[in-house]
Amino acid sequence: MPIATPWLSLSIWVPILAGLVVMATGRDDNARVARAIALLGAVIGLLVTIPLYTGFDVTTSAMQFEEKTPWIERFNMNYHLGVDGISVLFVLLNSFITVLVVIAGWEVIQSRVSQYMASFLIMSGLLNGVFAALDGALFYVFFEATLIPMYLIIGVWGGPNRVYAALKFFLFTLLGSLLLLVAFIYLYNVAGGSFAILDWHAVPIPRGDRWWNDPQILLFLGLFAAFSVKVPMWPVHTWLPDAHVEAPTGGSAVLAAILLKLGAYGFVRFSLPILPEASHALAGFMIALSLIAVLYIALVALVQPDMKKLIAYSSISHMGFVTLGFFIFNAYGAEGALVQMISHGFVSAALFLCVGVMYDRMHSRMITDYGGVVNTMPKFAAFMMLFAMANCGLPATSGFVGEFLVIMGAMKFNFWIAFIAATTLVFGAAYTLWMYKRVIYGAVSNPHVAELEDLNGREILVLGALAVAVLAMGIYPAPFTEVMHASVNDLLKHVAAGKP
Amino acid sequence: MNEYALPLLLPAYPEIWLLAMASIILVVDLFLPEDSRRNVVYWLSLAAVAGCALLTVAAAQAAGGRAAYTFGDMFVADLMAHTLKLLSYLAVAACFVYSRRYLADRDMLRGEYFVLALFALLGMMVMISANHLLVLYLGLELMSLCLYSMVALNRDSAVSTEAAMKYFILGALASGLLLYGMSMLYGATGTLNIEQIAQAIAAGKAKQVVLVFGLVFVVAGLAFKLGVVPFHMWIPDVYHGAPNAMTLFIGSAPELAAFAMAIRLLVNGLIDLAVDWQVMLMLMSVASMALGNLAAIAQSNIKRMLAYSAISHMGFMLLGLLAGVVGGNLLSAPNAYSAAMFYAIVYVLMSLGAFGMVLALSRAGFEAEEITDFRGLNQRAPWYAFLMLLLMFSLAGIPPLAGFYAKLVVLDAVIKAGHIWLAVFAVVMSLIGAFYYIRVIKVMYFDEPESDAPIEAGLDTRVLLSANGLAVLVLGVMPGPLMALCLAAIQGVYPLGR
Repeated sequence: MPIATPWLSLSIWVPILAGLVVMATGRDDNARVARAIALLGAVIGLLVTIPLYTGFDVTTSAMQFEEKTPWIERFNMNYHLGVDGISVLFVLLNSFITVLVVIAGWEVIQSRVSQYMASFLIMSGLLNGVFAALDGALFYVFFEATLIPMYLIIGVWGGPNRVYAALKFFLFTLLGSLLLLVAFIYLYNVAGGSFAILDWHAVPIPRGDRWWNDPQILLFLGLFAAFSVKVPMWPVHTWLPDAHVEAPTGGSAVLAAILLKLGAYGFVRFSLPILPEASHALAGFMIALSLIAVLYIALVALVQPDMKKLIAYSSISHMGFVTLGFFIFNAYGAEGALVQMISHGFVSAALFLCVGVMYDRMHSRMITDYGGVVNTMPKFAAFMMLFAMANCGLPATSGFVGEFLVIMGAMKFNFWIAFIAATTLVFGAAYTLWMYKRVIYGAVSNPHVAELEDLNGREILVLGALAVAVLAMGIYPAPFTEVMHASVNDLLKHVAAGKP
Repeated sequence: MNEYALPLLLPAYPEIWLLAMASIILVVDLFLPEDSRRNVVYWLSLAAVAGCALLTVAAAQAAGGRAAYTFGDMFVADLMAHTLKLLSYLAVAACFVYSRRYLADRDMLRGEYFVLALFALLGMMVMISANHLLVLYLGLELMSLCLYSMVALNRDSAVSTEAAMKYFILGALASGLLLYGMSMLYGATGTLNIEQIAQAIAAGKAKQVVLVFGLVFVVAGLAFKLGVVPFHMWIPDVYHGAPNAMTLFIGSAPELAAFAMAIRLLVNGLIDLAVDWQVMLMLMSVASMALGNLAAIAQSNIKRMLAYSAISHMGFMLLGLLAGVVGGNLLSAPNAYSAAMFYAIVYVLMSLGAFGMVLALSRAGFEAEEITDFRGLNQRAPWYAFLMLLLMFSLAGIPPLAGFYAKLVVLDAVIKAGHIWLAVFAVVMSLIGAFYYIRVIKVMYFDEPESDAPIEAGLDTRVLLSANGLAVLVLGVMPGPLMALCLAAIQGVYPLGR
C-alpha cells in the first residue's frame, strides 16, 4: 500500500513549525524577516490544506485522510487524525483566515512582531488539530492549548483594558474545559479504556432515573460547560465582548471566525452523537438558550456605541442560530448551522478587519467619532457595505444561506421557534445597517474623517479575498454543502436512532 | 545459615559511595585554599552525584527488574527505588548548578552547603529504599537535620534563622508523631520490618484498634513531610524565609523522598488498612487543594505563592494515592499509585524550574522574590520569559505541557475509583490555581519592565534551565515513556507485584 501524504499532519505542523521559526527571529530588528517567514508559513499552511478539499470523497460519511499512530500507550491514546464532511471545511477556513490575519497585521503591529506572528501561526496549527483530532485526548490537548496563544495575543497587543479581558477569557474558557476533561475521562472509562471519538459514538452510556445520577445528562452538562462558553451561549457569553473589544484586530478576527466555532463543533462532534438521548432530553433547554441569544443579544447589539462590541454581540446572536440549528434535529437545521458557521467565519472576520482598517487610521472604535466615511474612503465603504449586508443575511451573500436553512428547519420543527428565530432578520438588519449608516453615510462629521485615506493594496487584498468568499458562498453554495451532506445525514440518523 | 556473612552490598553501592564521597568532600574542603575551594568542591559534588547515578543504573541492571533485598531485608532496591533515586540525583545536581552563582554572590558557596546537601540526598536514598521502620526513620532524620541546617546556613539573616527554628520545631514534633505511630505498629504486629507488618496484618494477627491508632500518627507524620493541610504550617514560612537556593532544594528532591515514604509505609506496609487511610488522605487532599489554591491568590511574594502552590499540588498528588484500593481489591492500585508517582516527578521538575528561575533573576544584593520583580521580563529576556511561561502554564495544568498529564492521570485514577465529585472539586480548585499562575505570565508579558538589569546567569545555568523548561514541553508532547516507567516501577512494589 502506498503511503499517503499526511496532509492533515502537514496542515497542523507546518504553521506550528513556521511559528517556532518566526519566534526564533527574536527582536524587532528582524521584523521584516519575521513577517516574511510568517507569510510564507501561512501560505504553505493554506496550500497543504487544498488537497483535503480536492481529494475529498463526498459520497461517504466515513473519516478521510486518516492517520493513526500510538501516542501514549499507557492510556491507549493515539495520534489519530481524520476529517469528515463536518470538519474538513473548518480546516480550510482556518488556514485561509490565518493568511489574511498575517497580512492584516503586516504594518499595524510594530512591537514584538515575531511573537505576534508566531502566536497566530501556532494557534492556527493548534486549531487545525482541534478539527482534525479523532482521539478525545488529542482533541482536548489542542482545544486547551489554543488558550495559550490567544491569552498572549489579547494581553500583549490588546487595548487599554487588555489584562482584564485576557484574564476573563482565560478563566471562563478554562472552567468549561476542565469540566470537559472530567467528562472525557469518564467516557474513557465507560468505553473500556479508549479515547477514540468514534468508539465513544458507539458505546452505550448508562442512564439514571434522576438528572443528578444520570450519567448521560451529567456528561451532557460537562460537555455543555466547555462548549457553551466557547460558542458562547447566553448567559456565559460575557467574556466575548470584552475579549473582542480589547484584542488586536487579527485576534478579534480569529476569535470570531474560528475559536467560536470550536464550541459549536464540539456540540456536533461530541454532544449529539455520543449523548443522543440526553441531547433530545435537553433540546428544549438548548433551544431556549439559543433563542435568547438570537433575540435578546440582538437587542443588546442594537444599543452598542462601540463598533467592535456591536459586532461581538452580533456574533453571539449569529452563533445562537448555529446552536438552534443543531438542536432541532433535521437536515435543514444541521446543514444550515454548518453553513452559518462557515459564513459567519468569513463575515465576522471581515467586519472585524473593517473596523481594524478604520481603527488604524482614527484610533477609535466609537461610532460617534465617525460619520461620512464614504466621502473619503469610497472603496472601503463598498467593501463594508457588502459585509454588512452579508451580516444581515441578504440573499446572494453567504449569510443568507445558513439563516434561511435554519429557519426552514425550525419551521418544520415548530412554527413559533421559527418565528422568533426569524426576527433576527429584522434585528440583524437593524443593528448592522444602523451602524453602517452612522459610520459611513452622512456629511463628513469631523476633520479627522476628512483626512482619512482610502484602502491601500494590502487591505484591498485582504478584504477582497473575503468578499469573493462571501459572494461565492451566497451565489453558489453547493461546493460547500455537498461536502457535508453525507456526514450530516449520517449524524442525524445516528442521533435519531439513539444508542442500542 | 551463617549469621555473620557480609550482607550483599551491590544494591546499596550508591548509598555507600555517596557516604564515602560526602565524607571525603568534607575533609578535602578543609585543606583547600580559600579561593579555589569553590570550584573544586562544586565539581566533586557533581561527580559524587554522577557516580551515584552510574552505580544505581548498574544495580538496576544487575537486579534485572526484580527487587533486591539486603541487610537482613531492611533495605530494598526495587525499580521504584532506582527510578526515584535517579530522579533525586538529577534534582540535586540541578540544585547545585542553579545555586552556584547565587550562593557565591552571598558568600555561602562553601563546603558546608555541598556536604549538607549530599548527606540530605543520602537520607532521601535511605528513605526511598527502606523496608524497615527504623531505617525509614533514620533516613528521614538524616535528611531533615541536613535541611534544618541548610535553611539556617545564612546565619546572619534573622528571617532564615526564624524559618529554620520553625522548621526544626515542627519537624521534630512530626518525627515524634511518626515514631510514636511506628511504635504502635510494632506493638500490634511485633515486627519493624515493613513487609512483615503487612503479612502480620493480612494474617489477622494484629489488634485492629492499636493498628489504626498507630496509623493515625504515621499518617500525621507523613502528612507533615508532604506538607499537606493541616500539617502544612511550616511550608510557607520555610519556603519564604530560607535563602532562595535552599528553598529550591527543599521544594524538589525531598518531595520525591516523601512520596517514596508514603508508598513504603502505606502501600508496602499498611495496604490492608487502605479503607482507613484513604479517607484520611481524602480529607487532607480536599483541604490542601482548597487552602493551597485560595491562599496562593493573596501572595505577592513568589516564593510564598509557590509554597502554597506546593501544598495544593501535594493535595492533588494525594488524589492518586487515595484511589488505589477500590472495594477491597487492588486491581486499579498500580494505575493509581503510578499516577501519583508521575505527578510527584512532574511536580518536582516544574518546581525546580520555577525556583531555578527565581535564582537566575536574583543578583548580588537583590532577591527576585516579589512577583513584581518579573515585570516585563519578556522585554528584558524573552527566552527566560518563555521558559517561565512554559513552567507556569504547566503548573496550571494547561496542555500540551507536562503538568496537564499529571492532572490527567490522577483525575483518571480518581474517576476510576468512582469519586467523580472529588474530580470535579479538584478541577474547580485547579481553575482557581490557574489564576495565580497566569498572573505571573501577565506580569512578565503584559507589564512594562521596572529595571533593565541584565540576567547574569552562567552558561551552565542557562543550559540547564533551558533544558528544564523544554523538558516540561517535551514531556507534554511525549509523556508516554515516563508514564510507562512509573507504571512498571509501581508494579514492582511489594504487595502489588505478587
